[in-house]
This record gives sequence, C-alpha cells and structure tokens, in this order.
Amino acid sequence: MTTVAERKGGPATGRASSPSSSFAGRRRPGEFLIKLGLRLAAAITVITTVGIVIALLVPSLSFFAEVSPFEFLFGTRWAPRFADASFGVLPLVTATLWTTVIALLVAVPFGLGAAILLAEYAKPRVRKVLKPLLEILAGIPTVVYGFFALQFVQGTVLRDWLQLPTGAFSVLAAGLVMGVMIIPTIASIAEDAMSAVPGALRQGSAALGANRMQTTLRVVFPAALSGIVAAVVLGISRAVGETMIVAIAAGSQAKLVSNPLEQGQTMTGFIANAALGDSRVGSLEYNTLFAVGLLLFLITLLINFISIRFVRRFREAY
Amino acid sequence: MSTPTSATGRVIQATRPLNTGRNGEMRPTALIFLVLLWLSLFVAFAVLITLLITIFITGQNKLTWNLVTNFPSADPEEAGARPAILGSVWAIGATAVMTLPLGIAAAVHLEEFADRKRWFNKFVELNVQNLAAVPSIVYGLLALAFLSMLGVTNKNIVIGGAFALTLLILPVIIIATREALRAVPREIRDGSLALGASQWQTTWRQVLPASVPGIATGSILALSRALGEAAPLLVLGALVYITFDPNGLLSGYTTLPIQIFNWTGRPQEGFHELAGATSLLLLAVLILMNALAIFIRNKFQKRW
Repeated sequence: MTTVAERKGGPATGRASSPSSSFAGRRRPGEFLIKLGLRLAAAITVITTVGIVIALLVPSLSFFAEVSPFEFLFGTRWAPRFADASFGVLPLVTATLWTTVIALLVAVPFGLGAAILLAEYAKPRVRKVLKPLLEILAGIPTVVYGFFALQFVQGTVLRDWLQLPTGAFSVLAAGLVMGVMIIPTIASIAEDAMSAVPGALRQGSAALGANRMQTTLRVVFPAALSGIVAAVVLGISRAVGETMIVAIAAGSQAKLVSNPLEQGQTMTGFIANAALGDSRVGSLEYNTLFAVGLLLFLITLLINFISIRFVRRFREAY
Repeated sequence: MSTPTSATGRVIQATRPLNTGRNGEMRPTALIFLVLLWLSLFVAFAVLITLLITIFITGQNKLTWNLVTNFPSADPEEAGARPAILGSVWAIGATAVMTLPLGIAAAVHLEEFADRKRWFNKFVELNVQNLAAVPSIVYGLLALAFLSMLGVTNKNIVIGGAFALTLLILPVIIIATREALRAVPREIRDGSLALGASQWQTTWRQVLPASVPGIATGSILALSRALGEAAPLLVLGALVYITFDPNGLLSGYTTLPIQIFNWTGRPQEGFHELAGATSLLLLAVLILMNALAIFIRNKFQKRW
C-alpha cells in the first residue's frame, strides 16, 4: 500500500513539494509540530530497543568482569547465592530446554492439527465459532496456567492418578501446560499461512484425483511451509520466554535436569525468583539477573529474526 | 452417505464442480486423519474446560465479598484481595494513559506519514515486530535498570510497573492500530485531499474517526494482556504484603496476578482456595473485557 506521503511527496519526506500540490506546501507550523510528535512516538519504539540493550549490557559487562564468560556459558553448577558461588548457566539452560521441548511436543502437533482443521476442513460458520474459542486459551493469564499446572497437572494427574515418582514440582507439568498455552499461537499463524495458499492449487490437486487429506499434506502443507515454520519458531520463542508457569510449577532448584519428572529452574524462573530478594544495585547478585536476561534476550532475538525471515519468504511466494 | 457414488455425483454437480477428489474421502487413512484433526482441537478445548472446572472447584468456597473487601492476612479465612484489585486498577489505568496516545501516534506516523523507503522507517517496522516477541520479563529488567538509574530505591511503585507494562504492550497497540488504519479505504483519504484538506486534517478528521472501533478493540485486548501479566512486575518487586489502599502513582501496590502467585506458593490449602477464587475473579474481568472488544468490533466496525 502506498501512503499519502509517498504519493504526494509531501512534507513528511522532507523533500520540497511539487508545484501542483500548492496547498500541501503551505506552511503549517502547528502541523509540523504534530508530525514531529508522531515521529517521536514512533522513535520511542527504537529507544525502547536501545534501552533494553543498554539496560542488559551494562550490568552484564560488570558481571563478566568478575565471572569469565567461559565459566558462565559452560559451567555446570549454578549457585550464585552460596558462599562458594558458582556461575555456570548450563543448569538453567537445560531446564529451559526441557520445558521448551515438552511444550513443543504438545503445541506443534495439536496446533498444526487445529490449524489444518480450521483452514482446510471447517465451514466458514464453524470456523467463526471455533476460532474465538481457541483464542480464549491465549487470553488466560499465565499465572492462572501456573496455578493449574502446579495444583492439577502435577499434584493430581502426575502424582495421584499416574503415581509417577515426582515431587512437588516438575519440568514435565510446566512444559505440558505451557504447550497448551502455545497451541493458539501456532494454530492461528499456521492457519493464516495455509489460508493464503491459492485455491487453484487445491482444485488442481483435486482434479488429479487426490482427496482432501492428500491435498492438504502434499500440496497445501508444502506450499505454506515457510509460514508454518514461522509459527513453530514463534512458539519456541514464547516457550523460552515464558515466566510464570515455570516459576510456579517447575521448581526453584537450579540443577542439571536429566529427567522430566525432576524439578528445575529455567532462565526466566531464576530471574523471577532472584528478583524477589531485594539485591543491592550494582552488586554481583544484581548483575547476575541481567547477565541471564541478556542471554535470554539474545536467544529470543535470534529466534525472532529466523521467524521474520521465514514469514518474508512465505509472503513473497504468491 | 449410504451410497457414496450418488452422493458424490450430487456434490460434483451442485456446488463444487472441481472437487472430484471426494471419492477418496471415505478411505480409512483419510478418516483417521480427520479424526486426528478433530482430536487436536478437542484436546485444546478439553484442557480449557478442565482448567476452568478445577479453578472453580478450588476457589468456589472463597468466592465471597470478603475477597473484594478484605486485606491480605495470615489467616486464609480472613484474607482478601482488596489492595490487589485496587492496585490492578491503578496500574492498568496508568498504563492506558501512557500507552494509548503513544501507540496510536506511532502507528499513525508509520501508516500515514512515514516514507517506507527510508531506512529509519524500515528499521522501526522491523523493530516493532521484534519488540512484540521479546519476553515480558525482559521489560521488567529494563524498568528495573531504568529506575535504578534514576536513583529510585523503592521500585515497587505504580508508575514503575505501569512503565514496564506500557513498553510491553506498546508494540501490540501499534500493530493493532496500523491494521485498523489500513482498513480505511484510500478513496476516503483521496476525497479529503481533493477537497483541499491537508494530510493531518485528513488523518484527524477522516481516517482516525473511521478507525476508532478497530483501535478500541485492539487497545482493549492489549490492556487485558497487561492486566494478566505478572512477570515484569515481579522483577520490580511487586510481591509484597500490602495492607493499605494504593492511592497514587508513587504508592506501593500489588496486582491480582501477583496476589495469585503469592497465594499459590503458600503451603496451606486455604490460600490455594483463595488463589483459585482470585483467578476466577481475574478471568471474569478478562472475559468481560474481551466481550466488550468483540462487541465493539461487531457493532461499530464499518465495512467498506
């Protein structure tokens, strides 16, 4: 879509206006101020990003002045508050990895299944009812999901019903509920991607004698693949960044997690828990928060860039 | 479909002349596939219903006026969420006041005035997409660092939390507003410009009024997200025992999600019931906000 500014070459572009649009060229100091204000508002988003980078980087740098980055990234013991403090972040990373992988094992098949049903099978009227219902799942506060994960999934289902050998917390319960939370995210983006595939492809496939399942799996799915990958990637970034579910249900013991029934502290879980104690500004404890935050931010940034690239490719396809 | 051939033949002739693949729809693999698809949707809804029922069963006993009128207490029978309710109102109110003008202004700039070919505007666009996917807890760290820089020692103040929430939902509001502006047809802008209105007059008197329903819907949904958010406020230290009504932007506060988190972590069963009851209260408010958003969208949104 072209904007007004592009079509007219108006003042916003900074170029002199053409003689034909003399009205637009008239000096309007009030409007100039308004436009400046609008531009400032847009610039705030950039300031926010710069602010995030500086806010995370500065304390992290003083953190890495005391703890070597090598020890941070590859150390296997996370005990920032102990007398013999140790800052190996791997335990937090393994717990994050467990919850993320478990969440994806739930969210990817069910999310894509729901997306296929809504995009390829459901009649418009059915879709109009089902889609908002699915979106309710996305609107439930994560702290409520956390409560549900701890009380029902961990306490009742895993321990009482299935009699699994697990304590009060587990990465399994947190991951399962997180997966359900992510289903609508994956479903809605994947559905958009599949709906964007031109109908002619489906008709061509049907004309060759394929049924709807074959058309979906062999024609629509590959054609929408980049959008579907983007959906999954966004799901990963939400799982990595999710805080309240893991803070409530995954536990607060930082250790290398080797079994999903164990408890474990994720990167976000550590930040949430450590922030509860009021650490002095500038202390090593305070800086540790930001070092973990920086790692988290870089991981999600990388994931988001991959996702945006995939979406671009999928948009250019048709 | 007792006789597949005739049924198929009718479908082919009546509505879908190209969809001849219907012969294969009754194959076992195709049926199993369809069952699996329905199953995935069913699982999602089953969890949703289980969640609502569990929370209702846990919280029903504590769903009394005490919850709304009482202050938190060490005795679960006496405790209530009154300061948390007021704290949520203060925090979300302050967030709305800060984020709505900013978000709408930024979206108007990007959609109506920005020259898309310039690198700065391209960068802003990419940046907004990226900010929308930054984990919420990172915004808490940003606000924490910002308040520390200003030398604020007690970071658990309404304005601090509102600052974090504002930055958190700003990208959401920008994206929603841009979509609403984009839905206004170009002819309306052209007509206004042809009558001699300036670009700003066109935006202010034609485009913005026409997109108010879309903007309102997006804003309500964004604010409802802020209302349910706990992680950034947790980082700022909102998990505190508050026994007074928050009464200003610099007042200490706690919010409903934080109160739920607090009660969930206590060992006594009574507090879990309180957490369930508070969750029900929060869900009810969120559902009301969502219903309002959907109502505005269906009732007022113009279709061109």
